[in-house]
Amino acid sequence: MQPLVELEHVEKHYGEFHALKDINLAVEQGQVVVVIGPSGSGKSTLCRSINRLETITSGSITIDGKELPAEGKALARLRADVGMVFQSFNLFAHKTILENVTLGPIKVRGLSKREAEQEARALLDRVGVGHQADKYPAQLSGGQQQRVAIARSLAMKPKVMLFDEPTSALDPEMINEVLDVMVGLAKEGMTMIVVTHEMGFARKAADRVVFMADGEIVEEAVPEEFFTNPRTPRAKDFLSKLITH
Amino acid sequence: MLDALFGHLDLWGQALWGTVVLFFGGGAIALVLGVIVGGMRVSPVPIARAVGTVYVNLVRNTPLTLIFFLFAFGVPVLVEGDVDFLGLAVWALGLYTATYVAETMRAGINTVPVGQAEAARAIGLPFGQVMSLVILPQAMRAVIPPMMSVFIALLKNTTVAAGFSVLNLGSIRAYMSERGENAMDVLLWVAIIFVALVMLLTLLQSQLERRWKVAR
Repeated sequence: MQPLVELEHVEKHYGEFHALKDINLAVEQGQVVVVIGPSGSGKSTLCRSINRLETITSGSITIDGKELPAEGKALARLRADVGMVFQSFNLFAHKTILENVTLGPIKVRGLSKREAEQEARALLDRVGVGHQADKYPAQLSGGQQQRVAIARSLAMKPKVMLFDEPTSALDPEMINEVLDVMVGLAKEGMTMIVVTHEMGFARKAADRVVFMADGEIVEEAVPEEFFTNPRTPRAKDFLSKLITH
Repeated sequence: MLDALFGHLDLWGQALWGTVVLFFGGGAIALVLGVIVGGMRVSPVPIARAVGTVYVNLVRNTPLTLIFFLFAFGVPVLVEGDVDFLGLAVWALGLYTATYVAETMRAGINTVPVGQAEAARAIGLPFGQVMSLVILPQAMRAVIPPMMSVFIALLKNTTVAAGFSVLNLGSIRAYMSERGENAMDVLLWVAIIFVALVMLLTLLQSQLERRWKVAR
């Protein structure tokens, strides 16, 4: 079977800086892949290049068998099928929580307002912020905003979801409420690519851990094996720092 | 002094009407074109960005009087039949002011965090809807004060049309002199009317600012 997301020989340069070096990665339908690594290792760039928020210099990225299109209508259609959750939530500041979730379904999927609102309310209930539907993003806590952002992505019924450090901007007590939602999604079979440092999440939900350093995929393993028995010195070094601090 | 106004209400009425037509006509063109050009300058399409940049730099760098000259002398050469100078003046003002509207919009667009556009693109909105549904509504709030300055400048720039046989508040003095009125009296009244008109715009500005205040 063809993988849902496949990256082949992906290279990315920012001027002189070589951000991604020969990245090869295949994610099957229903798989949860956690991307881990020190800051500056290229893991966010990798995540953002999958829905072309970052362009790549060379190589190919295919989603559901289709090559990532260049800018334009075709790219917009593809992005509708790829959910994205950002570190800084990025909820639409001028729209209510409900409008944040219904905007895509109404404008991109062509749902009626009534249908879209019905589905949005169900999704907001599912992530535990149903009672906040009429507020504006700035009136919610970070954890609540991030759960709304997940609901906004889910409303598009995506084939795969990308999470770019979804808990890095959150206070410790809010991290779990977001991770719980993500674990739930993983259990239901959502295909997910998650950039995170949350080892608990990786252990609980990931099928595979991809360790990146200096723009390269250094190691790829199942979570238990990676965390208890890393093969490369680079991964050992990184993990030892995570544990001692 | 009072007679300079109340003795010639017919002429003042026509002149005020001329100014109003120039302002609203030119303003409508400037607003529509300016938002489009401002959008072009931040679009992902290099050609659109280039066209927008060339337009802004070419037209904004040209004195308004010169643009009027080009319209007043150029268009009659190109078009057969009678030329509507009021229409030409409206277009000249609109095309000129659009460059200022475009730059003001661009400044406003830059105040909206880039994450807003990324989130909008990520749910599959095409560029046009990213702008119209997410970026511009937020940019508008930031641009009301500078945008109103652009329109106040437009209102006063309508007087430049005086040199091109369009009756408006900028040209009324010549007509009144023919009727034997004192030029200083007439000009004082013109100034008073402009101050009043600009105050109306300022009032509109505070209304808009209140309505579009960022909801928090």
